[in-house]
Amino acid sequence: MGKLLKYIKPYILMMSLGFVIKFAATILDLVIPWVLAYMIDEIAPLKDMNKILFWGAVMAVSAIAALGSNIGANTMAAKVSSKITRKIRHDLFSKTMNLSSRQIDMFTIPSLVSRLSSDTYITHRMLGMMQRIGVRAPLLLIGGIIITMIIDIHLSLVLISILPFIAFFVYLISAKGIPLFGKLQKSVDRLVNVVRENITGIRVIKALSKGDHEKERFTQFNQGSALREIKARTTMAATQPLMNFLINLGLVLVIIAGAFRINAGISKPGVIIAFMTYFVLILNSMLNITRIFVMYSKGYASFNRINEVLESPDEIITGPEDIIQSDHHISFDRVSFSYNKKEPDLQDITFYIGHGQTLGIIGDTGSGKSSIIKLLMRLYDVDEGSIRIDGRNIKSFRKEELYPKFGTVFQGDVLFADTIAGNIDLDRELDHDMIERSTFLAQADEFVNSLDELHEHRLTSKGSNISGGQKQRILISRAIAGDPEILILDDSSSALDYKTEYELRKALNKEMSKTTTIIIAQRISSVMNADKILVVDDGRSIGLGSHAELMTSCEVYKDMYNIQLGVN
Amino acid sequence: MEHRERSKKSITLKRLWVYISEYRLTLLIIMTLNIAANMLMLTGPYLAGKAMGTLGSGPGQVDFDKLIYYCVLMVIMYLSSSILSYFIARMMIRYSQKIIVNMRRDVFNKFLSLPVDYFDKNQTGELLSRITYDVDTINTSLSNDVIAVSTSVVTVIGSLIMMLAISPVLILVFAVTVPMSFLFTKFITGRTRPLFRKRSVKLGKMNAYMEEMISGHMTIKSYNRENNVVSKFDEKNDEAVKAYYKSEFMSGVVGPSINFINNISLTLIGLFGTIMFMNGRINIDAISSFVLYSRKFAGPINAVANVIGELQSALAAADRVFSLLDEDNEPADPSDAVELAEVKGEIEFRNIYFEYEKDNPIITNFSFTAKPGSVTAIVGPTGAGKTTIVNLLMRYYDPQKGRIFIDGKDVTKIRRNSLRKAFTMVLQETWLFNGTISENIGYAKKDPSDEEIREAAKSAKIDKFISKLPDGYNTLITDDGLNISSGQKQLITIARALLAEAKLLILDEATSNVDTRTEVQIRKAMLELMSGKTCFVIAHRLSTIKNADNILVVKGGNIVEQGTHDELIAGNGFYKEMFEAQFMEI
Repeated sequence: MGKLLKYIKPYILMMSLGFVIKFAATILDLVIPWVLAYMIDEIAPLKDMNKILFWGAVMAVSAIAALGSNIGANTMAAKVSSKITRKIRHDLFSKTMNLSSRQIDMFTIPSLVSRLSSDTYITHRMLGMMQRIGVRAPLLLIGGIIITMIIDIHLSLVLISILPFIAFFVYLISAKGIPLFGKLQKSVDRLVNVVRENITGIRVIKALSKGDHEKERFTQFNQGSALREIKARTTMAATQPLMNFLINLGLVLVIIAGAFRINAGISKPGVIIAFMTYFVLILNSMLNITRIFVMYSKGYASFNRINEVLESPDEIITGPEDIIQSDHHISFDRVSFSYNKKEPDLQDITFYIGHGQTLGIIGDTGSGKSSIIKLLMRLYDVDEGSIRIDGRNIKSFRKEELYPKFGTVFQGDVLFADTIAGNIDLDRELDHDMIERSTFLAQADEFVNSLDELHEHRLTSKGSNISGGQKQRILISRAIAGDPEILILDDSSSALDYKTEYELRKALNKEMSKTTTIIIAQRISSVMNADKILVVDDGRSIGLGSHAELMTSCEVYKDMYNIQLGVN
Repeated sequence: MEHRERSKKSITLKRLWVYISEYRLTLLIIMTLNIAANMLMLTGPYLAGKAMGTLGSGPGQVDFDKLIYYCVLMVIMYLSSSILSYFIARMMIRYSQKIIVNMRRDVFNKFLSLPVDYFDKNQTGELLSRITYDVDTINTSLSNDVIAVSTSVVTVIGSLIMMLAISPVLILVFAVTVPMSFLFTKFITGRTRPLFRKRSVKLGKMNAYMEEMISGHMTIKSYNRENNVVSKFDEKNDEAVKAYYKSEFMSGVVGPSINFINNISLTLIGLFGTIMFMNGRINIDAISSFVLYSRKFAGPINAVANVIGELQSALAAADRVFSLLDEDNEPADPSDAVELAEVKGEIEFRNIYFEYEKDNPIITNFSFTAKPGSVTAIVGPTGAGKTTIVNLLMRYYDPQKGRIFIDGKDVTKIRRNSLRKAFTMVLQETWLFNGTISENIGYAKKDPSDEEIREAAKSAKIDKFISKLPDGYNTLITDDGLNISSGQKQLITIARALLAEAKLLILDEATSNVDTRTEVQIRKAMLELMSGKTCFVIAHRLSTIKNADNILVVKGGNIVEQGTHDELIAGNGFYKEMFEAQFMEI
């Protein structure tokens, strides 16, 4: 909870101001019935019209003042909770975007999505509600208790003796409730996940006519989440009746204690009657406090989930300066890596590339080709060995230095709901000339020029309104538009036909000859012109050299060549 | 406009009622029990009064027997009413969850009956927002407000009767203030509703953006765009928060205003009461109890006014849910549509014209017939409409002009389900769901045996990999398949296709992520998969399509060349040019 307080702190003044206004409003609300009673009991018998009108006016003015201050307080509460929520959401999103890939894998995307949507929303509601009724209720409670103490301190103590029991039970229930709400939010994650899967896989589901099966699968999660919610909320539902009972039990005790005191001649029946009037006030405010508790438990569980993300450590930390003398542009030195830290995914990978050279990486499905790129880009950190750019360990780069060196197309890379130019630029504020040049080089100009709005053509989310090959060409444009030092193309021309790919390679070779390029591909033709080709098998390097060298030295490579180009 | 707004509101309420009334018996029981519990609660003060009566007027006069009797009664009464209200709360929670489950189910089922292009056009996060945020908002309101309203109604009616009995004249004050509350509430809800709707919309937009960016986090990172993305998110967050603030501000006005109107009625009662007293038309005691009841009367009106804010947000959310439910489904099968049984496998395209966006044709005039059991390869430059042909075959989209026939039957006259069942499909973009590997492989078949799954995996050359995993076939595939490469994913989908029993096969870049050596190894499996089926193969790797019976070279939406590999090479045209490109040195 300390973390939440940190968010509240900057607004503590505004919040207190709101509390003061709310306090005034509460007092005014109490003044009106008091004036009314005074009018009826004291003024009416006087039969003085002027006085009657005067006190009527006092009531009306108090009513207006109460209106103003109540609205003021509510507005203040809404403002404060909005500001806090905005900040929390900002921090959460910003943290999420800065999580390491490993951490994102761990949290999973649907869970991060629901933390940012559902959990921040619940927190927002909690903040608003706690301010709106969170002042009035305790205020009335304390006020009520003070008045009963003034009336008769002994009887009041009887009532107060009930309070620790209430506190104990409330603590017990919410201690049970908070984890249940946490579990509920987890089941919301799973629900989000199934829906997300169905949206992305709609073609397959329809093709296999698995609609009914998916409905059934969803039903499980739907029911599961409902059960969790029922469990959490029924647990919390015990609070209100329990409080109600305990407080009323207190009243009964007060009556009995009062009876003894009256019998002994220490107290009068009138005292007990007065006591009861304020008792209703205490009861009502207690009930409101329970409402806050339920909201708080739910909000607390949600904020915990937010906080889990906020407090996860920064994993990609810039390390100490580590430079060695080197003529190589990129070097991998005995690099090993494992995703789950059990079975190795890459072992002992070593290679060097010079400036402006091209490295091709080829290998079987699942051999670890893409992992090499992910390590080079420091999306994951190596377990052993080192990766250097110009002799400098990539761990010692700040990310602002490291990433602008790269232009990358990942396998299955994404386009966003934005214009073509926006997708290429990605807010790097590149010149339009550079964007045009990049589409030209990426062989996308013909397609872009056929569109009415040219580069301003809007793509839908994930680029679903253009074909696979068009997507890849826009992605390649994005990668080369910034004129990167290192260009990485991970299986990014698989949807291009040979002719287009040939043109692409030719263009890149000519226009980007200073750029060091890494190409991962299935097709031998995509890599065979590279200066060096790395052949990867089951996470190990089994060949490194030019096409001609590998044809004689690497059996696997030779096999691939023969199969693909149909030479038997 | 206003009229439309109003009729829309009543329609939303009506449709909400359909959900609520599905369990109206439960609702009725809850309401009744709630009234009972409230009445039981009201006996408390009565018993307390009785207990006070036993105290006598001086020391030593307390009737302890009677006092204890009443006190015990009070404890029993409070205990039972507390237990009762606990059970009511439980029932209410279960009841509202039932409704929510139904609503979520309907939204989800709707997703499955929407046409594919709906998902191409709408962002995932936005759709998620409907099934989570919007449905949850309705949920919150349902579970809190129904009880609040039903409790209030009891008290309002009770106190009204009492007041009427005391002074029919003073009650005229309410003839002014109650309509005032009513009109005010109406006025304010007219204002808040669009605000709440805006709040839902803005939140949906923010969620859509956020989902997209988190999904593309690797790209964002690799271009060091985190800060830009965050500042764009901030704009959307700002708008969402502002919309929330505005709606909350408006509903924050309701409570105090109704409270104000109540205070004004108190003032008026005070004024008129004392004036009436001066004219000797009422006595002091009567005014006192009238005031007491009017206070009781005001409480629930206040409560209801506060509930109205919540209700508005629920209605706005319900609007969005219902408007999603109102989206056009995939057009229903015509009533004379037939089941596609006993497929032979002849497929004919006749003069197809198709465009995704208006005046931007992808296919202009496409005609072709595939014989049963033949293998047709479709090649051509990217964007030439190859995948579109798959979309049309599967009827994800229908052509604007022209017709497609299967075994001579027009596909629009065939039930979609049976049409799609006739196809097996392996696509470039693999889709695996959160489940075990064996569930993913067995997905296309009803109750597949472990043997079958294993066989399929063996044929697809993925068995070895799976067996090496610590949990083998029971390994859970998470999210984006962290430890499984794209190629392995594709092999799993090929294994899945091997288990499907269909006469028609579509391979759209089915092995694009599979390395060549593995491809050779699974060639046997692919041949098995293809045998006896009419196949459409889209591939760039020309080695995969060399053996096709017929190769269609598609360019600019038309077939520019057609024939076997050898014929096309001999033809010295576009195909040959493409084929040779792969051997070209730069």
